[in-house]
Amino acid sequence: MTAAIEHQAELHSKLSLRAVSKHFPSGAHPVHALDRVSLEVGESEFVCLVGPSGCGKSTLLNIIAGLERADEGEVLSDGSPVNSPGRDRMVMFQESALFPWLDVRRNVLFGLRLKPGLTRDERRHVADFYLRLVGLEKFARSYVHELSGGMKQRVALARALAPNPRVLLMDEPFAALDALTREQLYGDLQRIWQQRKKTIVFVTHNVREAACLGDRVILFSRNPGRIREQFQINLPRPRDINSIELARYATEITAALRSHGRDATAEGPA
Amino acid sequence: MSRTLKALIFFAALVAAWALVARARIWSPVLLPSPWSVALYLLGAVRDGTLLEAGLVTLKRLAIGYAAGLSIGLPLGLLTARVRLLQDTLGLLALGLQALPSVCWVPLALLWFGQTEAAMFFVVVMGTVWSVIIATESGIRNVPPIYARAARTMGSRGLHTWVHVMLPAALPFIVGGMKQGWAFAWRSLMAAEIYVTILSGFGLGHLLHYGRELNAMDQVIGIMLVLLAIGLIADKVLFAPWERLLRRRWGTDSK
Ligand SMILES: Nc1ncnc2c1ncn2[C@@H]1O[C@H](COP(=O)(O)OP(=O)(O)OP(=O)(O)O)[C@@H](O)[C@H]1O
Ligand SMILES: [Mg+2]
Repeated sequence: MTAAIEHQAELHSKLSLRAVSKHFPSGAHPVHALDRVSLEVGESEFVCLVGPSGCGKSTLLNIIAGLERADEGEVLSDGSPVNSPGRDRMVMFQESALFPWLDVRRNVLFGLRLKPGLTRDERRHVADFYLRLVGLEKFARSYVHELSGGMKQRVALARALAPNPRVLLMDEPFAALDALTREQLYGDLQRIWQQRKKTIVFVTHNVREAACLGDRVILFSRNPGRIREQFQINLPRPRDINSIELARYATEITAALRSHGRDATAEGPA
Repeated sequence: MSRTLKALIFFAALVAAWALVARARIWSPVLLPSPWSVALYLLGAVRDGTLLEAGLVTLKRLAIGYAAGLSIGLPLGLLTARVRLLQDTLGLLALGLQALPSVCWVPLALLWFGQTEAAMFFVVVMGTVWSVIIATESGIRNVPPIYARAARTMGSRGLHTWVHVMLPAALPFIVGGMKQGWAFAWRSLMAAEIYVTILSGFGLGHLLHYGRELNAMDQVIGIMLVLLAIGLIADKVLFAPWERLLRRRWGTDSK
């Protein structure tokens, strides 16, 4: 089943990860964060990465973003190798990483100002368009400390979307939010993803969240960080995180997560 | 009731209490002159121009030295934050010298430069520069790395990142350092002016000094009031706008 899924994705793949490995030489115990991770992500596909803490999800996302370099292997975006950050791949972090010295609109404008070929009016227009898309047009002049956690992540989403990247890389963007706010954002994100046709790689600890958002859920194991299993989520959208069908997928993925966890302990330290 | 009004009432009450105590003659008027005689001295000093002249001399020294201290301290602080070697050398030196009471520069300045404007300038710069270096450095060092990473993903590099991310992100610290530098510079300049006569210009410190020489308590207290007012006004004019900006945007005061 996994092979069939991969074949399907490879047909028009947006991101190709080829045997990506990464070590951190941290003191006495060098960490093998990623071990020959290969992955194809299709155009406009929504892929979720789940796995135990420390299995290298963030590291992988940073490598795709170009913020870190792989020791071995390569990442291709649209067929060309990734060596540094690029406007085609925008990142959303767990903390909003918004700039407190800029108001909401100027935060969204930050990336647009660095994008060549836009006039002042166009930039402003684009920024306001994305602020409307995330429902925060009324807060354009507010400063970051005046926003709630959920609003901050909405602004961060608008800021990431504004330069019109093809790929959106999201590292546990909703982890710090309460359940209700999170559910709203699941709805928003699915709607925006469908409207704007982005390719999304989404890291999460939350299996339900992964099943709710992803076309595909990729399960990692740790020590060393490897892909263990993949799940295709065949549910119509928009999906409700509380639906029974979704719960079934979540149960299946959770069981797999547990069993791989057991395997890892059974194998013992290598 | 507005805050200004409350402050006015408070200071009026203070002056009234002073007037009462002075009138009760508990201490001789030579030691505690009445508010009235202090006001008379100040009025006279304003009329004959000595106050304005001395004020200008002092403020000019302060402004020039402070501006120089900032323009030296800011870039040095940035470099110190950036270059490991500077951090281990200049950074350590700045840390030590910042802890040194800035008045301690006065004897050295006088021996090096004599009783000249250069000595005054040196004292003010030394008061300012170390605080600014330390504040700028720790400000940059305290910028959450995620800001620079986020900026990088949006295409910001090198100088752009420094100007548009690192500097503004460090602003709460930098403003704090500017305030401290100002306080140190102001104090050491006063100490220097009281300590020695600089023939190229008599500042407020000299008026204070001569007030003591002449046993003119009204002059001493009058000049002290002027110094106090300058300190308050400088705070309101120089730093209150920055503090307002920080509170509006960060929701915090300077660090
Ligand atoms: N800069 C670094 N230096 C040293 N070790 C690192 C560094 N970054 C990550 N690691 C190690 O690499 C491994 C993978 O880290 P990573 O942050 O990618 O995990 P993760 O899957 O995102 O975990 P979590 O779900 O807790 O966020 C961990 O063991 C971590 O300790
Ligand atoms: Mg992580």
